[in-house]
Amino acid sequence: MQPEYTWLIIILAGLCTWGLRLSFVEFHHRIQMPEAVTRALRYVPAAVLSAIIFPALLRGAQGGMDYSLLNPKLLAGIVAGLIAWRTKNMLITILVGLPVLWGFQALLG
Amino acid sequence: MTTMTKKQNDFLDGLRTTAPVLPGAIPFGMITGVTALNTHFDTLAGIAQSVLIFAGASQLAMMNLIQDQAWLPIIILTVITINLRFAIYSASIAPYFSNTRWYQRWLIAYLLTDQAYALSFAHFLRTPDMSPASRFRFYLGGALAMWVVWCAATILGYVLGAGVPPSWSLDFAVPLGFIALIVPGLRDRASVAAACAGGSIAVLAHGLPYNLGLFLAAICGITAGYLYETYILKPASGEAS
Repeated sequence: MQPEYTWLIIILAGLCTWGLRLSFVEFHHRIQMPEAVTRALRYVPAAVLSAIIFPALLRGAQGGMDYSLLNPKLLAGIVAGLIAWRTKNMLITILVGLPVLWGFQALLG
Repeated sequence: MTTMTKKQNDFLDGLRTTAPVLPGAIPFGMITGVTALNTHFDTLAGIAQSVLIFAGASQLAMMNLIQDQAWLPIIILTVITINLRFAIYSASIAPYFSNTRWYQRWLIAYLLTDQAYALSFAHFLRTPDMSPASRFRFYLGGALAMWVVWCAATILGYVLGAGVPPSWSLDFAVPLGFIALIVPGLRDRASVAAACAGGSIAVLAHGLPYNLGLFLAAICGITAGYLYETYILKPASGEAS
């Protein structure tokens, strides 16, 4: 038996998410964006993706934060950063990064 | 004939640029499918949520809250806060799509993901002479591929159930993919400042409810990059605009 209101929640969540995505794409041409805002928005990828990456690297095996330097995810993330920097290749970064994580987990876990 | 090839080339370029990030979406999509099964969604709802919402982190949070029998407005507000970053992406990429038709913009918005945004934005910055129509086709090539992989992975996860052991940490492919997305772009110090500020604030604020820490970190990171450019890089380069 699926939870009550499942469909209502899915449809509302879908509409709200689409609205957020559409917001500026739709109304950008009707409002003049200040030059400062346009310049600031260039830093969106670096700021937002880092904000997703950093906590993911510090997440411990038990779910909370693990600030130890021997956290396997942190170490694997650093190695992956070096690989990405040298190769600029996403597939290699993922395909090497995962086994590196498993290695650190086996060594330190 | 030549325009036809040109059109296909834009689309295929987008597809090729996105291809390396596609595998990263598979484990994440599968986890979403498994969670839908564990939340007792029927098959249709389990698949429809990936089609209608198409935003993994918020789908996982939504299902966790449904399992906890949270109040409906809380669930929707949580989804909105987790997905607030899409409004920032929307603002950032909008200028490149200003000459498109309404149905193209609706489709662009529907398909806007972290990956489609970051890869297209980087490509548009590199190739400023691209026509709006070319940009649309390039974006569509990558974004549609993400959509297909995401939906297929969700279905696979739902069908296979909890067949993938959590000890494989396949969800780690998502941050790995994001690392590969941003590291090559960190060529100037202002971007590095934005990344460091965004990342650090996200870690410090990770305890905030409803993923608000992510939004706070995004704002701080963007501000840090902008301030670094305005007050540290600009004075050093003299009168250059």
